[in-house]
Amino acid sequence: MANVLLVDDEVPFVEAMSRRLKKRDISIVTSFSGPEALDVLEKDRSVEVAILDVKMPGMDGIETLGEIRKKFPLVEVIMLTGHATVETGIEGMKLGAFDYLMKPCDMDVLMGKLKEAVAKKRRHEEKIIEARVKEITTRRA
Amino acid sequence: MKQNKQKTDSYYHHLTRNMLLTIIIVSVLPTILISGIVLYQFQISYEEKVHAHLKELVLKNKNDIDNFLREKLDDIRFLGNTFSFEELSDEEFLQNRLKGLQQVYGRVFVDLGVVNSKGVQVAYAGPFRLERAVYTEANWFMKAMKRDYFKSDVFLGLRGLPHFIIAVRENWKGEKWILRATIDFVAFNNLVENLRIGETGFAFILNRKAEFQTKPFLDLIPAREPYMNFLRDPQEFKDGVRIVEQDDSFGHKIIYVAAVLKRGDWLLVCQQRTSDAFSDFGSTTKITLALILLGTIGIVATAFVLSKKMVARVAKADRETELMNDQIVETGKLASLGELAAGIAHEINNPVAIMVEEAGWLEDLLEELELKKGENLDEFERALKQIRTQGRRCKDITHKLLSFARKTDSRIQDVSINNLIEELIMLSEQRAKYSSVTIQADLKKNLPTVRVSESELQQVFLNLINNALDAMEKTGGNLTISTRMEEGNIIIGDHILIEVVDDGPGIPKANLTKIFDPFFTTKPVGKGTGLGLSICYGIIKKMGGSVEARSVIEGGTTFTVKVPLPKPKKENA
Repeated sequence: MANVLLVDDEVPFVEAMSRRLKKRDISIVTSFSGPEALDVLEKDRSVEVAILDVKMPGMDGIETLGEIRKKFPLVEVIMLTGHATVETGIEGMKLGAFDYLMKPCDMDVLMGKLKEAVAKKRRHEEKIIEARVKEITTRRA
Repeated sequence: MKQNKQKTDSYYHHLTRNMLLTIIIVSVLPTILISGIVLYQFQISYEEKVHAHLKELVLKNKNDIDNFLREKLDDIRFLGNTFSFEELSDEEFLQNRLKGLQQVYGRVFVDLGVVNSKGVQVAYAGPFRLERAVYTEANWFMKAMKRDYFKSDVFLGLRGLPHFIIAVRENWKGEKWILRATIDFVAFNNLVENLRIGETGFAFILNRKAEFQTKPFLDLIPAREPYMNFLRDPQEFKDGVRIVEQDDSFGHKIIYVAAVLKRGDWLLVCQQRTSDAFSDFGSTTKITLALILLGTIGIVATAFVLSKKMVARVAKADRETELMNDQIVETGKLASLGELAAGIAHEINNPVAIMVEEAGWLEDLLEELELKKGENLDEFERALKQIRTQGRRCKDITHKLLSFARKTDSRIQDVSINNLIEELIMLSEQRAKYSSVTIQADLKKNLPTVRVSESELQQVFLNLINNALDAMEKTGGNLTISTRMEEGNIIIGDHILIEVVDDGPGIPKANLTKIFDPFFTTKPVGKGTGLGLSICYGIIKKMGGSVEARSVIEGGTTFTVKVPLPKPKKENA
């Protein structure tokens, strides 16, 4: 259904969450830090949505989000926060996150957000493809 | 607590006393010193003035008496020198001379007599029958025979009346004879008696033996002793006058002023009671002392009132400082607890998330067909549901903890407190109905808006209302919310005061001091987190306001919230 990257420093959380997502037909890749997530994205271009924890040691979620938006603009990001604060939310949104959710989150809500994010990503890609096709056809003509 | 109060009371008591004493000493001591010095100087000047006045008076009278005596002596001398013994021995002639003298001086000259060397009065002119009187043994005669002239002391003599004699010694044919005149005592006495000073001052004349030569005022016979001293000590007379102050036999202090007459034979004495001479000074002193006394009473009264007022102010300032310190400690305590709570919340959130996810995973697995047939499927589902529910509860707690430390929506805007409270009452009415609680609003109209975060303020009042409803859940009751403006004090500026008053069971005194502490709750386990009021406290403190609780057991609880008004912006000049 969708290719998702799950990033969190809490290994048991990543394991439990990925099991549940896999069960819901989500193809999942995991990583446990920001730099690792960027590596994964570099290698696996099929990732459509990244679920990103805000609080991580070293490179935190907000920094990682910035890097992702810069290097992989087509990947949609859903932030996961230990506590929902307007500041973190606004900052995430400013940097181009698709949405943010609070831990522990309801699986149904997360699934809903994922679907929306994937849909948005796909629309985006289609638009880009359309634009490319248009460009090529005009060039040829 | 009681001991502490006693200690504070004794401190303020000491402070009042020290302040009172300092003010009194600083004000009264210089006043008394200055007044004393001035009074002393004034007394010295006044004494000099009184003495000078008495001295002048005595000298003037001395001159008058001396002149009187000299004049009379000159007249007799003139007679003696001008007329012979024979002429004057003629009694008719002598009578005429007396008449001539009496025409000039009135009754000052009582009589005239011519006495031969044997002491026999050969001729006499006067009212008494003293012709052929023999003075051979008379004291005056013996003295008069030895000198050119003689003035006797006052004596009774042959006539038995006080008088004194002026005698001139002349020669006739180798024989000494004497022309003598008697001076009327009354006329002479008048000279001295007229000298009156104040109420107690009078004058008199003494001879060498300290016998009175004039009649003392009102026949008062002063003790002799003092006057004797004057006579014994003639060197002490300066400018012919001597001033002495002594007690008389009645114990009165008397000023004596004396001057010598008749070459030291007589002494003119003027005496006056010191109290009389210094009566003006005495009354001035009394007025001054009365003024000093009044001034001192005034100073003491002012000092008393002033020190009481000052100490009351100090005590008030101390109480306010103490209150402020308590609030600072409370705020600090809550802030550190808030930080701790936020840290714990963060740490707890992750394990809870994992637990919830794992429970979710188990639920996912239970969906699989082979497990659905399991015997205990219902129990599994119930247990997992419980895990999820409790996980959510943990999430709620941590979220509340976090909002205690960091507010979720801190946008500052103009908020009408009355509107906010009306909305909250509407929201709570349904719940109040089930608890049989009547909510009443007593909102002062046209209150200014405050600049705060609306959601935070909402949280505060919702919390207070919910607490009140919880408290009255079983019993029912009344909940009154009132708003009004209140002027500022030292701790808080102008502010809006909101009171949330319930008539529920009240809060025990022991709990009243802890209700704003985080995690303090009296609600059953699982019902309250104990964070509501401490969150309210934090929010109101951040706004610069205050929240206090008063409670009476079985009488209800009143929460007083003060939200400061924005400070007026300075107008551009």
